[in-house]
Amino acid sequence: MSQQLALAPAGQDSSAVDGRDNAHVLVTLMVGDQLCGVPVLSVRDVLGPQKITRIPLTPPEIAGSLNLRGRIVTAVDLRVRLDLPPPPADLKRMSVVTEISGELYALLVDSVAEVLSPPQSSFEPNPPTLPKVWARYSSGIYRLADRLLVVLDVTRLLALKPEQA
Amino acid sequence: MDDLLSDFVTETNENLAELDVALVKLERNPGDVATLSLIFRLVHTVKGTCGFLGLARLEKVAHAGENVLGKVRDGLMVATAETVGVVLQGLDRLKEIVNGLAATGAEPVGDDSALIAALNALAEGRTPVKAAPAPAPTAKPTPAPRPVEAKPVAKPATAIVPAVAAPVVAKPPAVEAAPEAAAGNQTIRVGVDVLENLMTLVSELVLTRNQLLQLARSNEATAFTTPLQRLSHITSDLQEGVMKTRMQPIGNAWNKLPRLVRDLSHELNKTIELVMSGAETELDRQVLELIKDPLTHMVRNSGDHGLETPAERRAAGKSETGHINLNAYHEGGHIIIEIADDGRGLALDAIRAKALSRGLATEAELLAMPEQQIARFIFHPGFSTAAAVTAVSGRGVGMDVVKTNIEKIGGTVELKTVEGQGTSFTIKIPLTLAIVSALIVEAGGERFAIPQLSVVELVRASSEPGSETVIERINGTPVLRLRDRLLPLVSLNGLLRLTAAETAEGASGAAETYIVVVAVGATTLGIIVDRVFDTEEIVVKPVAPIMRHITMFSGNTILGDGAVIMILDPNGIARATGIEAAGGARNQTKAPAEASTDAARVPMLLFRAGDATPKAVPLGLVARLENFPRDRIESGAGNLMVQYRGRLMPLIAMPGIGQSDASQPVLVFVENDRAMGLMVDEIVDVIEDRLEIELCHGDPGLLGTAVIAGHATDVIDTGYWVTRAWADWFTKTTDGSAGKRRPRLLLIEDNNFFRQMMTPTLSAAGYDITAVDSGARALQLRDAGTKFDVIISDVEMPEMNGIDFVRLVRSSGAWSQLPLIALSGMVSPEAIEEARNAGFTDYVGKSDRDALMQSLRQCLAQPVTA
Repeated sequence: MSQQLALAPAGQDSSAVDGRDNAHVLVTLMVGDQLCGVPVLSVRDVLGPQKITRIPLTPPEIAGSLNLRGRIVTAVDLRVRLDLPPPPADLKRMSVVTEISGELYALLVDSVAEVLSPPQSSFEPNPPTLPKVWARYSSGIYRLADRLLVVLDVTRLLALKPEQA
Repeated sequence: MDDLLSDFVTETNENLAELDVALVKLERNPGDVATLSLIFRLVHTVKGTCGFLGLARLEKVAHAGENVLGKVRDGLMVATAETVGVVLQGLDRLKEIVNGLAATGAEPVGDDSALIAALNALAEGRTPVKAAPAPAPTAKPTPAPRPVEAKPVAKPATAIVPAVAAPVVAKPPAVEAAPEAAAGNQTIRVGVDVLENLMTLVSELVLTRNQLLQLARSNEATAFTTPLQRLSHITSDLQEGVMKTRMQPIGNAWNKLPRLVRDLSHELNKTIELVMSGAETELDRQVLELIKDPLTHMVRNSGDHGLETPAERRAAGKSETGHINLNAYHEGGHIIIEIADDGRGLALDAIRAKALSRGLATEAELLAMPEQQIARFIFHPGFSTAAAVTAVSGRGVGMDVVKTNIEKIGGTVELKTVEGQGTSFTIKIPLTLAIVSALIVEAGGERFAIPQLSVVELVRASSEPGSETVIERINGTPVLRLRDRLLPLVSLNGLLRLTAAETAEGASGAAETYIVVVAVGATTLGIIVDRVFDTEEIVVKPVAPIMRHITMFSGNTILGDGAVIMILDPNGIARATGIEAAGGARNQTKAPAEASTDAARVPMLLFRAGDATPKAVPLGLVARLENFPRDRIESGAGNLMVQYRGRLMPLIAMPGIGQSDASQPVLVFVENDRAMGLMVDEIVDVIEDRLEIELCHGDPGLLGTAVIAGHATDVIDTGYWVTRAWADWFTKTTDGSAGKRRPRLLLIEDNNFFRQMMTPTLSAAGYDITAVDSGARALQLRDAGTKFDVIISDVEMPEMNGIDFVRLVRSSGAWSQLPLIALSGMVSPEAIEEARNAGFTDYVGKSDRDALMQSLRQCLAQPVTA
């Protein structure tokens, strides 16, 4: 079952953000205990729990592949990517689907929440105390009223080096 | 770049390519009027459109070329190699400019004056008949999908001024994909990406149709069934139709080759003829792109390394022109492409030496390898036996890349070579890559697809001894005994590390396992899986870039039930398990043969024969190691022999060897055209060691005993054994002048019985014998021009006796200087005297066989003037 969200037009490379107005509109999601966000224009779909086929001989970040309306999507486990412990067994995880260079990827996260547009004034660059692995994939932080929102850089998240099999 | 220019670039490139082929054709046959008109028309069109678009540089060069061609067309010039060469240069320049135009949108700056001067110089020296090369109104009917014809004819000649920016104003709209009205040509130009999109959509339609069919199968007949059937049929037809749009004739990949071969033959000073048949055979566009380069490379190799120079070919008795034959045809679901040359073939000795020096095989392995397997070493990376790296080839990067590229698309390359006669490659590739039949299997709880084309058979093996197909273990590695072959096995579970426990392999020993036998090039191997489902048509989708490096997968697909599964690549699997396509599983622990640097160390072949003491023979003496099935060994006249390479080879058994095994190991020794086999018990190894014979026993078959590899080893006396098979192994069989040819002997004998008795005797002694029953018939042969080396003639014959015959022969004619031997029942001094006086070289009694042989040998030892 997939929940549809807005709205990247089909066929367009949605990681390119056009119009700075929307640059800070984010889809928020939970990975572990941390609230994160990705630019709304990068997101093609939000999916509920899916049947994911394991792919042998791939690095641990690759959870496998899934079938989205006839197209094969590579699922990337963000918990592994961000060096977090594996989720509890009963957790049904959701995915955020993005497209880069014609290939579809699904970012596997704990849950997907709402769309937010935090004020620009609350944006700050990565503090030096941010753990290395987060700093690698984060493009900044929003200071919300009660917590921090880490903005994830999708391109860097998906820059997976092919390991020697 | 605007549409007008991009259309121009496409079309002009096509025309230039066509011109290439046509000019090469014309050079070969200067009188070919049809080709000449085609050439002129093409150049004219190119020039015309250049002028129309205000492309000054292009127009000038084309104009100069057209001048030359005009002269040729009018018969004022002949299309010599030099002329064609300069015109081809002009074409190359045009190509260059057009490429620059395509890249930047404007003509690149450059100076063509030298080239134009050369072309004009060619054209001049004659009366310039044509004032202006105004396009004759007749030469305009080229069906171009552009409305150039609408323009007044005179315009191109006057539109030379570059200031004419772009005469786009008068251009009627809708240039792209506009169906033109000219010449009833029912074609349309469609962008490649449009077709790709169409293909993708159709693939998805096929997948969805498969899903629907799967659902319908599980339900009873409902109202949906009939429309679904109809939909299914239409989808199949649609799929077929769209696939057809992707099909292109292989001639498209070949069209650059005539020019290539022409340039090659000029560069290397060889005469090469390229024959292409089956150019209209169609294959998928994608596949075509991928084989273009491999084909070019192989043709280059043939021309550079395969074919000899005219002088070498003459010396070898071949025609001076070397031939390269290209042949393409459909077979099964594949397209077969053959590339053959009639050159010198692969130098197998050089390949053996190279393989040895690179540690790819040991000496013993090489000895046992059939020739075609040795030839396959050329597919090894970095393997080039070319002594010099020429600009054309020899860098050793070629053939392995060719093989890899072809295997990447699911094809195979086979090779056949005969030294002195030529080499031929056969490429087999699937017709299309997009939709394939695949066998669905399960291993480790996951499903996978294996392309049906690679699957040879499915086997269910049990570990019950006595069943026909049993999995056995050699050194812990599982192998399958299938009928009479041993197949290497690999567990898919283990290979893909699907289940954590390696004990999965042990568990499979108890239950029944399924093995998929796949063919990888010339090898077969078996893949152990847990379950086998059915065969499905799947749409191959490339894997995501992060997974492209995993060679075991060639793609992934979506099954009818919506599941995503990986498609296995048998080539990748074979490579991963170390099973080279060049041969069977290699024993990794064998060290490569070391190059012998210590002069005193000699490679020795160790074997066992008769007793426990190891025996040895210098490896250099041994030609080959063979293993004959015992039922091939035949017996004649109390001797053992075997049919080997088309002849009978005598076998000598070392004393005391066993006779029980199903096959007999044999050491083969060869000298000139003689071969003999020494039967032994077991071939043990090849060792390099000093050969110092210490003890001599006086045993005639042994030279003595030496310490080899730390053991007392009997060294055999090879000379003793070979002379037991052929007494005259070491004597020269023929004299120098006749080389290996059997001497030709004419026997004249009227007595039928004697003649028929002598013929096989003389033949067995090594002569090529012709027998006639009278002097008259012999003379007929002489007058017909038949040549012999020696003549034996009976003396007492009716009609013409021997004395008269020899007198006639000696007096005149072609045979007057030949040795003539008289054969007679009467041996008396007077008879001998008379015969000698008449001209006989020698006189032998009929009953004295030895004397006759002796006499023949003596006579033939004298140099003969035939």
